[in-house]
Amino acid sequence: MSDPFALFIAPFGEFLFMRHALAACLALALGCGPVGMLLVLRRMSLMGDALSHAVLPGAAVGFLLSGLSLYAMTIGGAVAGLLVALIAGAVSRCTTLREDASFAALYLVAIAVGVLIISMRGTSIDLIHVLFGTILAVDDPALILVAAIATLTLFTLALIYRPLIVECFDPDFLRSVGGHGGAMHSIFLVLVVLNLVAGFTALGTLMAVGMLMLPAAAAHFWGRHFWSASLIAVVIAFFSGYSGLLLSFHCNLPSGPAIILVAGCCYAFSLLFGAKGSLLSRYRSGPHLTG
Amino acid sequence: MNRSMPAITLHDLTLGYERHPAVHHLSGVFASGTMTAIVGPNGSGKTTLLKGITGFLRPLAGAIDRGGLKPKDIAYLPQHLEADRSFPITVLDTVLLGLWQEIGMFAGMQRTHWDRVTQALFTVGLAGFETRTVNELSGGQFQRVMFARMSLQNAPVLVLDEPFNGIDQQTTADLLEVVRRWHAEGRTILVVAHDLALVRDFFPQTLLLAREMIAWGETRQVLTAAHLDRARTMSEAWDQSAAICRQEAA
Repeated sequence: MSDPFALFIAPFGEFLFMRHALAACLALALGCGPVGMLLVLRRMSLMGDALSHAVLPGAAVGFLLSGLSLYAMTIGGAVAGLLVALIAGAVSRCTTLREDASFAALYLVAIAVGVLIISMRGTSIDLIHVLFGTILAVDDPALILVAAIATLTLFTLALIYRPLIVECFDPDFLRSVGGHGGAMHSIFLVLVVLNLVAGFTALGTLMAVGMLMLPAAAAHFWGRHFWSASLIAVVIAFFSGYSGLLLSFHCNLPSGPAIILVAGCCYAFSLLFGAKGSLLSRYRSGPHLTG
Repeated sequence: MNRSMPAITLHDLTLGYERHPAVHHLSGVFASGTMTAIVGPNGSGKTTLLKGITGFLRPLAGAIDRGGLKPKDIAYLPQHLEADRSFPITVLDTVLLGLWQEIGMFAGMQRTHWDRVTQALFTVGLAGFETRTVNELSGGQFQRVMFARMSLQNAPVLVLDEPFNGIDQQTTADLLEVVRRWHAEGRTILVVAHDLALVRDFFPQTLLLAREMIAWGETRQVLTAAHLDRARTMSEAWDQSAAICRQEAA
């Protein structure tokens, strides 16, 4: 075990399922990094969490109709997530209830419906699969799906980058110049749901949001600009995936929680030692400057 | 710009919230190229009027004729900026947004665009601040950034809601100089202000509001003791049991 090659490289060379899982982690990281960063900057972190739970009833309906079919559960999850996002948005626009409150109300209903549907047909093992996912069981179709979502996410972000950033920074200004802020917000929510669905196929509904939020929250302590913070979030997410898979392989741990725990450690490290706004930077004293 | 051409005409305009009027039966003209202060007590409908003019709020009754301009052709600086000042965006990028009508969502920056941004920052006294992020700025510096952005919008009508609140004397003087330059360029300027001394010194035209028009015209004829007394007696509160308004158009 002391051979670095055997420790860090060999598991991926020897086993196809480890290579698949690593590729899935890279695709997840590429999509989740910038989307998670936008969630953090828009103070929508908990809405991301709520949306991840909202995916459950759709996945459950897919499971009810087709068993453990990736496509059925993915489509179901995406439809349920989008439905909750759109209804929450419509409720906040048409009534005085704020968007976070309508998200909370809808996701609670969604998760209750989801667990109910799964318990009607499945066993507790099925429920655990849906809730926690199995990244080591990611096959070719699942990998293609996750990669396709990452590609779509990056292309869409490149396309709407400018208005999306303005919508985050100064929504009134975007509105005053006719920049379609509402449409940008809706497209962004669609991207969040799609990335949650990608995470869900690999990490399960409970852990999916971890890949979205933890690397982004950690990167917030390092990047000075949105693009640099997003890039750092991608690196942290991929590092978490790689390290989590190795940890899972060598210590015989469940892979999903191992990945999320590594991401959690990255977050804790950044919180303590990050370059900006961390505890260290707050208490570190140096000689003052001349101007 | 043609000063004789009306820039914005209000026709028996009523604006408000949940059917309660905040600006009631207001008619008049902001002529092209004029500079008008909008004054009145808190709750008198000043911000509501600006929101109506900029298209943020639909009239409950009456109409706003913008003289062929679309709401997006009017540059607007709101009172309580929703801008997230903790967002990691640089001063340069923020000011560049003023070119939105020219570059839109996709177009790239030309050399002339960068030069104009540099010039706008120089004009508001922020040369050298380009690479700073907005969370590193003071309130006054951020307001200068907003003025630089507005300069680049190149809009024929500029609407500013209490732009000098919480700003020190020097910054106010500098920003007033920027407003004076816009006026000299023939733009129509509407500014909500509370400082009556500043209004008397600086604004040729004034609209005194108290949920309805108290007076509108030359500043010295509007800001009289009688008019100001009348404005002070305005009722801020809505009447929850108010009857339907049957007032005919003036």
